[in-house]
Amino acid sequence: MILGSINPAVLLAALMVAATPILLAAIGELVVEKAGVLNLGVEGMMIMGACIGFIVAVNTGSPFIGFIGAALGGMALALLFALLTQALMTNQVASGLALTLFGLGLTALLGQRYVGITPPRTPKLDLGPLSDIPFLGRALFTHDIVVYLSIVLVAAVWWFLKYSRAGMILRAVGENHDAAHALGYHVKRVRVLAIMFGGACAGLGGAYLSLIRVPQWTEGMTVGAGWIALALVVFASWRPWRALAGAYLFGGVVVLQLNLQAAGVRIPVEYLSMSPYLITILVLVIISSGKGRSLDAPGSLNRPFHASS
Amino acid sequence: MKKLLTAAVLSAALATPVLADTTKVGFIYIGPVGDFGWTAGHDRARREMVEHFGDAVETTIVENVDYGADAERVMTQMAISGMDMIFAASFGYGPDVNAVAGRFPNVAFQHATGYIQDHPNISLYDARFYEGRAVLGHIAGKMTETNTIGYIASYPIPAVVSGINSAYLHAKAVNPDVSFRIIWTYSWFDPALEADAAETLIEQGADVIMQHTDSTAAIRVAEDAGVMAFGQASDMVEFGPNAHLTAIVDRWAPYYISRVQAVMDGTWEAQNSWLGFADGIIEMAPWNDRMPAELQAEADALVAAIAAGEYHPFTGPINKQDGTPWLADGEVAPDVDLATMNFYVEGITAELPN
Repeated sequence: MILGSINPAVLLAALMVAATPILLAAIGELVVEKAGVLNLGVEGMMIMGACIGFIVAVNTGSPFIGFIGAALGGMALALLFALLTQALMTNQVASGLALTLFGLGLTALLGQRYVGITPPRTPKLDLGPLSDIPFLGRALFTHDIVVYLSIVLVAAVWWFLKYSRAGMILRAVGENHDAAHALGYHVKRVRVLAIMFGGACAGLGGAYLSLIRVPQWTEGMTVGAGWIALALVVFASWRPWRALAGAYLFGGVVVLQLNLQAAGVRIPVEYLSMSPYLITILVLVIISSGKGRSLDAPGSLNRPFHASS
Repeated sequence: MKKLLTAAVLSAALATPVLADTTKVGFIYIGPVGDFGWTAGHDRARREMVEHFGDAVETTIVENVDYGADAERVMTQMAISGMDMIFAASFGYGPDVNAVAGRFPNVAFQHATGYIQDHPNISLYDARFYEGRAVLGHIAGKMTETNTIGYIASYPIPAVVSGINSAYLHAKAVNPDVSFRIIWTYSWFDPALEADAAETLIEQGADVIMQHTDSTAAIRVAEDAGVMAFGQASDMVEFGPNAHLTAIVDRWAPYYISRVQAVMDGTWEAQNSWLGFADGIIEMAPWNDRMPAELQAEADALVAAIAAGEYHPFTGPINKQDGTPWLADGEVAPDVDLATMNFYVEGITAELPN
């Protein structure tokens, strides 16, 4: 055992980076599901963001504009989902899966000319003396702006859902769309806005992969991150701070097992790398065993709404 | 999930009417053709094969096919739709190829890097990657300054394990202080995870990164960190012009052309081919200029000696990790040992997962 070669501060820093893409996607999907819509197309919207963000960043030379492009790209795909499920009343599960399919295929096509290109560097945020603090400085204050943005976003979503009037309307729509409709709220308008927000967040998460974490464009590069984000929302039982905790837990397990392996620690790594998925399955089992109420699944989740019904 | 989704099918002979004597060949891939690694290598060979035969051949590809039910479904679909020949280009398709081949005895199956051959219509083919790994190990041993080599491995299968052993033995031969740090990703293609693995290895002191996974992410990370790396299956120099020392480049085209020709001629028979430098199936990408001229010459000589059959990368004395003897002095490893290798050689400190 050579645990001495693992630097905990670096581990913590790497964990935050590994968690950020799924956290961004999960916080977006959380809002969507709070509005009563189940969008399984997170993977598709993420890869769209990864691709569009990359293309925009390369062509403009600015990672910042790239991230905006990624958010718009994810949102564009989400709008397609909104059109299908809210206007044309298609099945949400099928539409979401189709969205993932479409996103993976479309980006493989769009990104063809961008393989092998280096994107413009995203600068680390200069936090001055903060990053000189021993341990904490390296772990918490040496990141790029998107890592901090993702935490701010969690706080904002938490505040929005809990304290703002608009957030309460959104939750009402998600809990019982008939009642919300009877009260005069525009169920579909709220849902379309939520879906767009979810798409933008997923797009940002994807761009974080292609512009910062990897950083390059490769076809299919999200490799299931969207599905993990979806599971994370359930794991977090639709609470923003728990999504943050879950994402960091997941990122932590991933990074820790890599470090333990590299350090030559003799543990069965296959089980460790499996653990986040096992926990997710466990949570899903608990929910489906009838205790879902206590886990706060929105009441109208995945139920189509039509004003006449 | 994505596997059933991204099944992108393209036909090479769209413009020309299908003639009765057109040979139809299907390919199933574990990753995307845009991985710039393993799958890209196979698809490069497929395109060269199509170029060679022109209208006489029609190919269909399906990317991102998962092992198991997915692969079986795709191959069954191909067989039903009249394919004469199916290439299954990944180790894990073994059981699926054998299941489908039993039901379609008139279709010629070609399974890459496999070992199960239950039916007379299955050919196995593989490349002696450990030959290339020996060259990489030699270069890594000479180039490392920290005496620590990082290795990103996919699954603990014989081809990967023999690669690690070969690289280690040849690094150790030129640098007795060298040590290997190995990370298993349990995936062939996961750019983010491979990038994280590379970062972890570099953080823990590695200054040369080797990979047996298919994405280019690790090269990118190595380039940014100012350390060295080797490409996988394709020349990946464009992803890290400074970091990329060389790569083992897969060249399946000559083999693909000869096998398709055999089907056309009606002379196709089940074989078990294991080809290396001598057959031109693998070759080394151009050496990076940062390698000293002397080392470039050594690497050239090593390739030449292996190709000529004068030197075998596994020549005794070699002990297993636990110290038990494997090869006696001067003894050359039999192919069966290499094809089933499930142990590390002496000197590697990590534990091999099951």
